[in-house]
Amino acid sequence: MAELGKIARHVRSKNAGPFWVTVDIFFKDHADFDRYAKSPALGPQLFAELYGADPALVKHIAVRSLDVLKVSYPRPQAQGWRGERDMHQGQSFARLLSAKL
Amino acid sequence: MTKVLKSFRRKMDGGTVAVTRVLVPSGMLGAGVNREHLEQGVRAGAHAIALDSGSTDSGPAYLARGVSKMNREALKQDLIILMDVAFSAGIPLLIGSCGTAGTDSGVDWTRDIVAEIAGELGIAPKIALLYSEQDIGVLKRKNAQGAIHPLAPMGPLADATLDACNHVVALMGPEPYMRAVFEGADIVLGGRTTDTAVLAAVPLLRGASAGPAWHAAKVSECGGQCTVNPRTGGVMMSVDAEGFDIEPLNDDNQASPESVSAHMLYENTDPERLIEPGGLLDASQAVYAVKDPRTTRVTGSVWEPRPYTMKLEGAGGGAFQTIMFIGIEDPEVLANLDEFHDRLLAALTARIRTLFGDEAGDFDVSLRLYGHNAVSGRPVPKAAPPPREVGVMFVVTAASQSLATRMAKACNPMFFHFPLRPGIEMPSYAFPFTPAEIERGQVYEFKLNHVVDTEDGFELVRTAWLDLAAPAQAANHG
Repeated sequence: MAELGKIARHVRSKNAGPFWVTVDIFFKDHADFDRYAKSPALGPQLFAELYGADPALVKHIAVRSLDVLKVSYPRPQAQGWRGERDMHQGQSFARLLSAKL
Repeated sequence: MTKVLKSFRRKMDGGTVAVTRVLVPSGMLGAGVNREHLEQGVRAGAHAIALDSGSTDSGPAYLARGVSKMNREALKQDLIILMDVAFSAGIPLLIGSCGTAGTDSGVDWTRDIVAEIAGELGIAPKIALLYSEQDIGVLKRKNAQGAIHPLAPMGPLADATLDACNHVVALMGPEPYMRAVFEGADIVLGGRTTDTAVLAAVPLLRGASAGPAWHAAKVSECGGQCTVNPRTGGVMMSVDAEGFDIEPLNDDNQASPESVSAHMLYENTDPERLIEPGGLLDASQAVYAVKDPRTTRVTGSVWEPRPYTMKLEGAGGGAFQTIMFIGIEDPEVLANLDEFHDRLLAALTARIRTLFGDEAGDFDVSLRLYGHNAVSGRPVPKAAPPPREVGVMFVVTAASQSLATRMAKACNPMFFHFPLRPGIEMPSYAFPFTPAEIERGQVYEFKLNHVVDTEDGFELVRTAWLDLAAPAQAANHG
């Protein structure tokens, strides 16, 4: 078991419009991509737990040419709501780094 | 494509052109543009300069208020260079999503800056103004006809939701820009538009293939973001019948197959299939290849025409907030932050309930502990070492600004002097401002995530002209 933050070359998060957030996980090479991109530990349940996303709407898109796993999920509340803590969701990737694969 | 636009294309350069080059100097008007790069791009045969001036990225306030995120000085500095270079070269300058949110007020604000600069430069451009802010009554009729559809995670649109919006804009496609350029616009200032449509307009008008035109525009939407060194300037996109090339404007920068293809990931939920007004860009079969050490060539992009739809964005105001801020360096408190947070929050909430009774309404107090868990809002592992300092932001949300501020004042003594546990000598936390409460204003909300069916790219768009060579003619809303 290793932490995503140690495995991935780069992990980033950003809003994709006011209602969605998208996370890009860049793996080091095809070998790591093939080994981890389909890991159940990175499944919808992780995004439900960390971000309150509806697991039925979480989308996983694996882009092997770039060794990237892209995960997009709907925000529980739209960007800018009264309890907003991160308008761009540019910091929310940090919670993923300790996911164990 | 409509008949009118087909005839436009035939008239342009006899209907077929080998290549169309568009200079994209930056990802956002006001972020800074480089005159040398632009002049070099013009010498290399650019047919247009196009860029975007807006986004929803910075939150709903700009749309709800109809004001720009960018300041006038930054916008003017870029526009002086862009207008001077474009007008000298005799090529059109296209700017989409004027004034951040692309409201009518944003277009007019940008128009006034452009007119001022034209006077200063001694030039008299013909300016097309494209408005895509929507009348609520028109949208209600569309909704009644079943022509407005929700996008996940939203549900069907209620008329009351439209009424709750201060401004609603529809994202334009390229057609109004194409027509404006065809009719002789030197400068086109558009309301809310998809980033890609502004960049794709001139290639499409000149007969480039739709797949490469849209794909090139998608890759170039943030200027140099698709290059190896994004901070060194914009890009030139060159679109032809089979594909497109991306080349950075800075000689020392490169657009690599990886940097270009990776941009498709940016701020997108799906990197391969992008829905745009009037169709879908399918980039799943695209091939990215090195053309020369600085340039990437892309082929295999496909455009699938679909019935015309425009995405709607709407925002309005809700409750009001007043904030206060303290810093804490006391190690006893820092070692027990969760306990401190929970007890303080309960005490403040109880005080507001007692003092305000029914008037309190749907209020909310939130304490954000910066240095502890303010950003994530999630529990901190028990084993985590205490921080050296924390900042605590108090946010109260209530139905009016006055009520929120009275609540903050009611909380003031307790917030600044709350002991970790009963019986401890009264502490004083570090507050940096006086008066301590700051009226933050209204909470704005995005209320729409819907698309509307339209006849074509023009139905919900109004075009006006401002011809500075004919000053007697007032701008005429069409």
